[in-house]
Amino acid sequence: MNNLSSPRSPSLETIVTILVWAIAIGVSLIFAWIVGDIAWRGIGELSWQFLINYPENAGREGRIAPILVSTALILAVCMVVAFPLGIGTALWLSELTASASKLGRLVGRSLDILAGVPSIVFGLFGNAFFAKTLGLGFSILSGGLTLACMVLPILIRSTEAGLRSVPLDYRLAAAALGYSRTTTLFQLLLPSSAPSLLAGFALGLGRAIGETAALIFTSGYVDRMPRSLFDSGRSLSVHIYDLATNVAGGDAKAYTSALVLLMLVVFLDLGAILILRKWLQGET
Amino acid sequence: MDSMQSNLPTIETQNLSLFYDRTLAFTDVSLPIPAGCITALVGPSGCGKSSFLSCLNRLSDIVPKTRVTGQVYIDETDIFDAAIDLIALRRRVGTIFQKPTPFPFSIWKNLAFPLREHGVKNRDRIDAAIETTLKDVGLWQEVSDRLHRSALSLSGGQQQRLCIARALVLQPQALLLDEPCSALDPISSGVVEDLIASLRGRYTIVIVTHNLAQARRIADFVALFWVRDGAGRLVEYGRMQDIFENPQDELTKSYINGIRG
Amino acid sequence: MSPFLRDTLLVVTLRSFAILCGAIVLPIVGFLFLEAYPAIEKIGWVSFWRDRSWNPTEGAYNLMPMLWGSLFVTAGSVLVAIPLGIGSALFSQYYAPPILARLYRRLLEILAGIPSVIYGLWGLVVLVPLIWQIEPPGTSLLAGIVILTLMILPTIALSADASFSKVPFAYWQATTALAVTRWSAIWHVAFPVAKSGIFAGILLAIGRAIGETIAVLMVCGNVVEVPNSLFDPMRTLTANIALEMAYASEYHRSALFVSGLLLMAAIALLIFLAEIVNRRGIYE
Repeated sequence: MNNLSSPRSPSLETIVTILVWAIAIGVSLIFAWIVGDIAWRGIGELSWQFLINYPENAGREGRIAPILVSTALILAVCMVVAFPLGIGTALWLSELTASASKLGRLVGRSLDILAGVPSIVFGLFGNAFFAKTLGLGFSILSGGLTLACMVLPILIRSTEAGLRSVPLDYRLAAAALGYSRTTTLFQLLLPSSAPSLLAGFALGLGRAIGETAALIFTSGYVDRMPRSLFDSGRSLSVHIYDLATNVAGGDAKAYTSALVLLMLVVFLDLGAILILRKWLQGET
Repeated sequence: MDSMQSNLPTIETQNLSLFYDRTLAFTDVSLPIPAGCITALVGPSGCGKSSFLSCLNRLSDIVPKTRVTGQVYIDETDIFDAAIDLIALRRRVGTIFQKPTPFPFSIWKNLAFPLREHGVKNRDRIDAAIETTLKDVGLWQEVSDRLHRSALSLSGGQQQRLCIARALVLQPQALLLDEPCSALDPISSGVVEDLIASLRGRYTIVIVTHNLAQARRIADFVALFWVRDGAGRLVEYGRMQDIFENPQDELTKSYINGIRG
Repeated sequence: MSPFLRDTLLVVTLRSFAILCGAIVLPIVGFLFLEAYPAIEKIGWVSFWRDRSWNPTEGAYNLMPMLWGSLFVTAGSVLVAIPLGIGSALFSQYYAPPILARLYRRLLEILAGIPSVIYGLWGLVVLVPLIWQIEPPGTSLLAGIVILTLMILPTIALSADASFSKVPFAYWQATTALAVTRWSAIWHVAFPVAKSGIFAGILLAIGRAIGETIAVLMVCGNVVEVPNSLFDPMRTLTANIALEMAYASEYHRSALFVSGLLLMAAIALLIFLAEIVNRRGIYE
């Protein structure tokens, strides 16, 4: 009754199914291996003492208090500069300029390029501009400012996406009520896209906290407790890098520091993901 | 073709219901669909006609969280039986959707793709099958010189006829059409409607339509669906003349008169 | 302050923020040129690929070994990561049950956020000794490829996943109605529809691989030689900068900025390619 041959054997489908599952399982196992390895070797030394005491003997002995302080200061400088700039730029891009405007497109394009610049190049720039030309030297300030340039695109894009998802109705209603632009922006748009600001902040912080290459020759290696923003300060990731590569016998402490870093990053990233998901679900 | 006619399938549902997650789309539909005839499902939108149609070749399977209870028999086989060969079922029962869905490649490949998938590798046989089918749906004259252009360049009506051809090229025995004309302009709609009418007797056809006039023009049998108590139900079923000229149910009467008036 | 004045002030402020952010790329490129200029002027472009070796203290500035190193490690990791990344996307999009798909996506997002120094640490302590058992010294091109693959896989997977998720549901209905197998539907319909998005993700991943510094530095051995086999140690352009910036001065320092320029040129090329793909994607 039907002159077509029987459906072709499902072997290809089977092969692909097996392959795809194998890839997924393999990737998950390697992930578990990496995280498990860091946790297993790092957890032994991890204690409250580890976080609040000073390093000794180039980090082989002792703890990471000054490193945590330096990291926090670098991140603070980075976010104090990048957050207002990023939010402002995102507001302007999504609310105050048509997406087809020439300047808007130019800024957008330039941010896309900035997002692609390798971190080591940010390091070169930070070294040449902040440390040398501005005379800030190897300092927490140089490092923080360099990181600020680096996280700007992440902050801006995330905030922009949040603002664009605020319904147009809100803006029309605000305009109909005769609100000024300032009022509309600060009373209406920013509050209603607050979760995306928060998520962008967490993502930017997550990126900044893990950065190493941009910091080695901007904020430097010094592992003493910083006394001002003009002091050199060693960030957590630089500490791990230095212990693992330059200090014989530094592995154990490197692992514990890595565990601390990993927990911070996963906490920030998961936080951002959960905030965004909850927000998007709440809308529908 | 004549030899096929004798063994066209009858379709019959018994107490069929479908849930999306926890909401009931339609419930308790028992409907016989005779072989070789055109059966039209009519009723207001949201009354479960399209959901019902999607059960007849188990396309309902691919929508997440759907659950079906009841039976669908094609000839004597229950198609919700676990042992059923889904590929054979869907080749036997083709579907045409409301919105034309040509794949984003050439007209030729749109038809060759399902053929190759089902084991026809010979280029001459593919070409021959494509020509026959395109002639069947009246597209051959319009597209024979541009078979290798993108199917997306066709007009809406041509796209829909291509989709019908794509279903026919696998030589199914039954066709399910889900409001095939409602996304088209009036002229294309007329062409597609004539095409469907011309397929009478060669396939068992079930067509969902909200256009009563269309049902009257092409259907042999008509089934009216209606929402009662929050779920679609079958209100009345019968020969086209009986439904339009001598409806038994009050609802059918007012629905048909309402549209007329 | 009148609302009108306030609005004007706001618009002016935000626009200047945007211009500032958009303009950051300019000083980055500017300073690279400025610092690279002495080397280009004095040593000349030719030296960078003609000199007998890279030995700045003795006036030899051949960058080719590092260029090849970057190229090999990038090409290797991208070639491995493409099938794994696309396979991962297929898993979460088509093959996994919904709950596993969500979990796997979350896992990829976390993998994407893990800092490079942690990958580097794991590579150095776990992976390198494993490779050493096959063939010493362990720190090698292969180690770099494995680590980089893990780092860029999430980028490719997540962008492919996003592209697949945009394939209209109507196509799945149509292929299912034609009794086409899942793999044929993916291969013949989903891939053509999603290909420009997948390609953009791959370009992004290439950019990440070229620019990655710390992780490859930690596992590749950093010998200035073109590797002859997968097991040979080698050095990338980025690692070269990170290793030598700390003590480089004068022409040596300037030559490192030349390698920074090369990195930027590679990124610019990738962005240009992405632009072309994007445009074709719109008009197809």
